[in-house]
Amino acid sequence: MWEGHIPGQHVDIRLTAEDGYQAQRSYSIASAPEDDHLVLTVERLQEGEVSPYLFDVIEPGEELEMRGPIGLYFVWEAVMSEPLLMIAGGSGVVPFRAMLRHRRAVGADVPARLLYSARTIADVIYRDELEVHDGSDETEVVLTLTREQPDGWGGYDRRVDRTILEEVAWDPDRRPRIYVCGPTTFVELVAGTLVDLGHHPTAIRTERFGPTG
Amino acid sequence: MAIISRGFTGRRPDVAPDRLPPGQYITRDFPVLSAGPTPRIDLDTWNFEITGVVDEPRSWTWGEFNSLPMETVTQDIHCVTKWSKLDTTWTGVSLDVLLDGLETDATHLMAHSYGGYTTNLPLADVRGARSWIAIGYDDQPLPPEHGGPARLLVPHLYFWKSAKWVRGIELMVGDRQGFWERNGYHDYGDPWREQRYWGD
Ligand SMILES: Cc1cc2nc3c(=O)[nH]c(=O)nc-3n(C[C@H](O)[C@H](O)[C@H](O)COP(=O)(O)OP(=O)(O)OC[C@H]3O[C@@H](n4cnc5c(N)ncnc54)[C@H](O)[C@@H]3O)c2cc1C
Repeated sequence: MWEGHIPGQHVDIRLTAEDGYQAQRSYSIASAPEDDHLVLTVERLQEGEVSPYLFDVIEPGEELEMRGPIGLYFVWEAVMSEPLLMIAGGSGVVPFRAMLRHRRAVGADVPARLLYSARTIADVIYRDELEVHDGSDETEVVLTLTREQPDGWGGYDRRVDRTILEEVAWDPDRRPRIYVCGPTTFVELVAGTLVDLGHHPTAIRTERFGPTG
Repeated sequence: MAIISRGFTGRRPDVAPDRLPPGQYITRDFPVLSAGPTPRIDLDTWNFEITGVVDEPRSWTWGEFNSLPMETVTQDIHCVTKWSKLDTTWTGVSLDVLLDGLETDATHLMAHSYGGYTTNLPLADVRGARSWIAIGYDDQPLPPEHGGPARLLVPHLYFWKSAKWVRGIELMVGDRQGFWERNGYHDYGDPWREQRYWGD
């Protein structure tokens, strides 16, 4: 039975072959606790063992073995009062969608900002939904497109660096609660730079999805 | 009963089954997992200490630590996020050396790291040539993202028990939960019994 979850938590998916061989991977929950359905968002990795199966093989209505929700550290609840800063690389945006939807569902008024790095505009997951968030309810979504930008693009066009973080992360004095999620190299770089900029290491929570990127 | 996943064949690992605990897969890279930023540690002030329930606390500077007898060991490591890496080579000081001759009633220990990370272990699990304070990986100094300058290495438990950036162990009478253990992960963490989360 599903007992509800906290935004930021993940589940484990387990696949079992006919002969009993099993493979498991973790996936962040993309939906808010207030949503009707539990949503996962999976990026298909070339040659991957589990993600291509979830993408290409499994059909609606089939059963999937899942365990969770898991984790009590990389989580955010609307009662937390510090400004909320989320920094995502690629599919690292998934847990932040849960946080943003939760924040909106309960009408929380803590300021929230999402800095999201994607390769191209087509790679931006949940683009329509993120645009709705833009500015309207004190959630700011800042995109950087690292590989290719649409004509007339006015946003950032490079990998997240110190200057971008200086511009987008609040001043350390405002004590934002910071979450960084994405490929390992992205998370290492962003978290390290935030410390350089004066953010307290214990204010920065990280989740690393894997070595790719 | 597991649900059979129609059409799933999987990528079978090319290793003897007794090398790979249930639910794990083999990785060739060395993924990084930590709850926060990689701390910066200055070797001039680095220190490793044994404190808590002990007749006389012990402490080593970086220089002193490096003159202790080192071992190079090859071990398989298993991360709770499902990857395992076989035949990893580490250089470090056995906990047997660090604890040698020490009088204590302790049953457990808490490893403490730079950056505030903690993890708890039964004292018996770090004795008997089963754990090290590693300062080298693959014949090189241990890189910071993998826990350098020094990390605990307890390969027979899930890898979160092998605290990165370790700065000491606190000996305790009785058990107390460390960081991940408080945040949903198993108290002991035996990969062969798949003790990943609370309730396993
Ligand atoms: C807490 C957590 C939350 C996560 N949340 C999400 C999420 O919300 N969405 C998401 O998409 N992912 C998420 N991930 C990542 C996810 O768990 C998987 O790692 C990811 O889906 C890749 O799994 P895979 O089985 O498809 O690829 P794997 O089989 O694990 O391979 C990964 C990559 O390595 C290469 N590779 C590795 N070994 C071999 C080999 N032997 N032969 C050939 N190629 C190989 C593959 O080409 C592939 O590109 C999360 C991870 C964690 C730890």
